[in-house]
Amino acid sequence: MSAQLIAALSDAEIAAIDAELAHVPVRAGAAIDALKIVQAHRGWISDESLKAIARHLHMSAAELDGIATFYTLIFRKPVGEKVILLCNSVTCWMKGCNALQQKITEQLGIGMGETTPDNKYTLLPMTCLGACDKAPVMMVGDDLHEELSEQSLLEIFPRAGSGGSQ
Amino acid sequence: MSLDKPLTRNVRPDKSPPDMAAYEANGGYQGLRAAMGKLSPADCLQIIKDSNLRGRGGAGFPTGMKWSFVPMDEAPGPDAHKYLICNADEMEPGTFKDRLLMECDPHQLIEGMILSAYTIQADVAYIFIRAEYLVATDLLRRAIADCHAKGYLGKNILGSDYSLEMHIHLSAGRYICGEETALISALEGKRAIPRAKPPFPQVSGLWGRPTIVNNVETLCNIHHIIERGADWFADLGLTSDAGTKMYGVSGRVKNPGCWELPIGTPVREILEDYAGGMEDGYAMRGFLPGGGSTDFLVEEHLDLAMDYDTIGKAGSRMGTGTMIILDDKTCPVGFVKNLVEFFAQESCGFCTPCRDGLPWSAQVLDDLERGRGRPEDMDTLARQVSFIGDMGNTHCALAPGAMEPLASGLKYFREDFERHIKEGGCYFHAGGAH
Repeated sequence: MSAQLIAALSDAEIAAIDAELAHVPVRAGAAIDALKIVQAHRGWISDESLKAIARHLHMSAAELDGIATFYTLIFRKPVGEKVILLCNSVTCWMKGCNALQQKITEQLGIGMGETTPDNKYTLLPMTCLGACDKAPVMMVGDDLHEELSEQSLLEIFPRAGSGGSQ
Repeated sequence: MSLDKPLTRNVRPDKSPPDMAAYEANGGYQGLRAAMGKLSPADCLQIIKDSNLRGRGGAGFPTGMKWSFVPMDEAPGPDAHKYLICNADEMEPGTFKDRLLMECDPHQLIEGMILSAYTIQADVAYIFIRAEYLVATDLLRRAIADCHAKGYLGKNILGSDYSLEMHIHLSAGRYICGEETALISALEGKRAIPRAKPPFPQVSGLWGRPTIVNNVETLCNIHHIIERGADWFADLGLTSDAGTKMYGVSGRVKNPGCWELPIGTPVREILEDYAGGMEDGYAMRGFLPGGGSTDFLVEEHLDLAMDYDTIGKAGSRMGTGTMIILDDKTCPVGFVKNLVEFFAQESCGFCTPCRDGLPWSAQVLDDLERGRGRPEDMDTLARQVSFIGDMGNTHCALAPGAMEPLASGLKYFREDFERHIKEGGCYFHAGGAH
């Protein structure tokens, strides 16, 4: 039964994982890299992806899941096209990140850990993003947004919340 | 006093990074060229030892001494690897100095790493960088490729018999990866659980081989020291510590930022002359000198020199050198709660005092904030500080670090903790911001 349930890795994924395997003395040593590679292609790590990676690395799916679930930036649930990482560490907290979170929730209609119905955004809390002189900050996809305010949130997420945003 | 600022000499006003040509035009890779010709690894090690450079990641351990534990007399062989790892996993709350160094001058780090790797005769180097630092990652990838093209990396560097490969590893998150043995676990593809020491990584690190892990800022200093000498470096400091330091200030100050200054610059000078003093309408109540895991200091400490020993003697740690200011309109209990919640969340879960103790502390602090505090909570917090804060009780320094702002918060802002209990909750944040 397992063969059909294990989604095959694509050639591109296998090539990228094998390039990482060249640096490590044991196949399981590339576990995190492999998870990141597959996540980059598929957006998240499904159970099927997990099993396929585990098989390629000659390790058990349970062991790989223990690694995948340890790391905050490996997603074991689907996420939107862009992940919002809102810094909630101490300087951003002093500068009002909680109020900003409420504002984002109002604008996009999602709380922490949730994805907009149009699948554009997932909102997640993030530890200190290393830009404390520009607090409060967040990342949206690959972009860092600094010195956030309620006004700047309106510009970053225009007309958001009811689908078909941007 | 010298006004030399080696680490930021290439930092442009618009923060755009110099490329290979611009870096070389400003004297870049001359240190590497000079060393490859005439300095042995032992010579380089002696210079770094003599310079009194101390680790800039927060612990302040002497870099030369750290390197001196790497075995240098092993027989060469195909599996006789040695590793140099740059810890670019900047995640200490309130810390934003390594990002600046990497984004504004990536080649400085690479040159420092090549010379460091040469000193310990490492054949493989890694930059372990947090995944959120995308700009820095792209710049470093480009810099590594350019170094290969120039013969600064790869086989037989600059015609010598020394060869070095360099890779970038993008982290998958978690603060604990900044702990050097946890970082090594993560590089091996495992959960980032710290390891018991001994054996120390210098002897048995990545894949059981000799490994040095150094912070970005530490490594950025290396080529300057090799090039200009230990005495020059020692003279840069204002106190017994050597060199310059990337100092930062965040919080309610007029001009938050990060500046390279002589190590030992007084706290007040950093706060007032560089950070511009407090924002109008705010007064300082205390500050964490070097990130979220350092003890509060207060007004009476403002004239202290920001160096490892002075701040240590005052009951805190210089840590990363990036200060977080607690102002008079921010709740000290909420401030500490935010930090303890951070550390509770980031616990690797390996040892009980950290895994179970930190969430307990966070819960008690949350009770205080929400009006559920009881008088006996003060004793509970004090007991937690002594159980969790004692280094001997935990597997690594994460939980003791978490207790530093709590212990010192209880010391300096005790009346606020007690008033939360007496008045049934937080009297800051009228808008319910906690």
